[in-house]
Amino acid sequence: MIGALAAITGQTARLSFRSGGGAFVGLVFFLAVVTIVPFGLGPDLNLLSRIGPAVLWIGALLAALLGIDRLFHEDHEDGSLDLLLLSGLPLELVVLARALGHWLATGLPLVIAAPLFGLLLGIPPLALAAVTLTLLAGTPALTLIGAIGAALMTALGRGGLLVAILVLPFTIPVLIFGVSAAAATIIGPAPFMPPFLILCAFTLVSAVVAPIAGAAALRASLA
Amino acid sequence: MPMAFIELANPSRFLDWSGRLLPFLWVATGVALGIGLYLSFFVAPPDYQQGETVRIMYIHVPSAWLAMFGYALMASAALGTLVWRHPLADVAARSMAPIGAAFTFLALVTGSLWGKPMWGTYWVWDARLTSVLVLFLMYLGLIALWRAVDDPGRAARLVAVLILVGAVNLPIIKFSVDWWNTLHQPASVLRIGGPTIDASMLWPLLIMAVAMMLFFLALTTMAMRNEILRRRLRTLQLTAAATAG
Repeated sequence: MIGALAAITGQTARLSFRSGGGAFVGLVFFLAVVTIVPFGLGPDLNLLSRIGPAVLWIGALLAALLGIDRLFHEDHEDGSLDLLLLSGLPLELVVLARALGHWLATGLPLVIAAPLFGLLLGIPPLALAAVTLTLLAGTPALTLIGAIGAALMTALGRGGLLVAILVLPFTIPVLIFGVSAAAATIIGPAPFMPPFLILCAFTLVSAVVAPIAGAAALRASLA
Repeated sequence: MPMAFIELANPSRFLDWSGRLLPFLWVATGVALGIGLYLSFFVAPPDYQQGETVRIMYIHVPSAWLAMFGYALMASAALGTLVWRHPLADVAARSMAPIGAAFTFLALVTGSLWGKPMWGTYWVWDARLTSVLVLFLMYLGLIALWRAVDDPGRAARLVAVLILVGAVNLPIIKFSVDWWNTLHQPASVLRIGGPTIDASMLWPLLIMAVAMMLFFLALTTMAMRNEILRRRLRTLQLTAAATAG
């Protein structure tokens, strides 16, 4: 069973990495968001470095949700979702494997690119490390929450904007704790660890809730 | 579930007994709303700090309560949809969503109208306001999902999953927003705390809460009847189309 799940993870990662330039488009979108912010706020590096972690987080949040609405849709169209259902694998773990694969192909590149993009915003090195660490801990939660939305949209096909509407409210806690942990190293007298640990807890909780809810949504859309 | 409850929840029987109940429900709503509004506008004293604007509270607070109560009811209906596959549970949830959203909207609007004279601004990113705004967003998302899925049975189960995910997440969001708020904006807003409210204001508030609750139930019952009839109509149309073609 582990082998089958690992195969699903690898297949999802490869597919989203190669087809339609999943990881690449996400990265470019992330860069575009980071680039556009100074045009809105002015090129003042002091301001930018102060709000930089928040900008990176919002950019990563939007980029992580980009394209996630297709997570199960193609499987549904070509029938492989039915095969997965019949395979006897627990659907919850299939959802988890899918989300993990998607994160490897789209979330991880965002995390790796974050310190580089952070330099554009003049974020100090310590905060840069903090942002990267919080993104590493937090983006899996974003992908998992997005997977619930993707599972709800499976039978619909045209989900793009709707997934964002459904999923964004649920990402608020992740954003709050991610940004406050990262910002603690720049502005705050508040310590880094408490919000960071809560962020990790969110990721773990969503690793439990998202597969259950996603599997329920998949069963509902196939029934 | 007890048998009597199942009997009552049969759609035809529901149409029957709810039709007989509705006039009484509306009369009760009218009486309670009349008494409540009279008490809150003419009998309750103006606040020593806020003056007459405190009367907004008698609309605002019950609306906010109903916004959350509506979601709780929808969550239990969603459980009914997923666990017992009961058709009426989905009808109930679907009928309640716009009404709950309307009360959430009412709470937001009255709150911001109250905020202007009290805080000097229509909106502050206070923890409570923000949480209610998120709740409003979730109501709208649920309604959008309902409208996006064509097949009613499939829509029922999908939305039920989302409602339950929301029910799990709402406390987490509330907690996060509180944390965020204390981090960014420590205690800038003075509010009347629940237990410190004087009896002369508490009674009108409670009567208004009961009145608005009755109003909510009456509206929901009517919406549910409409929804049942709409589905029957749809079935009839589908049958007609099938026999004609």
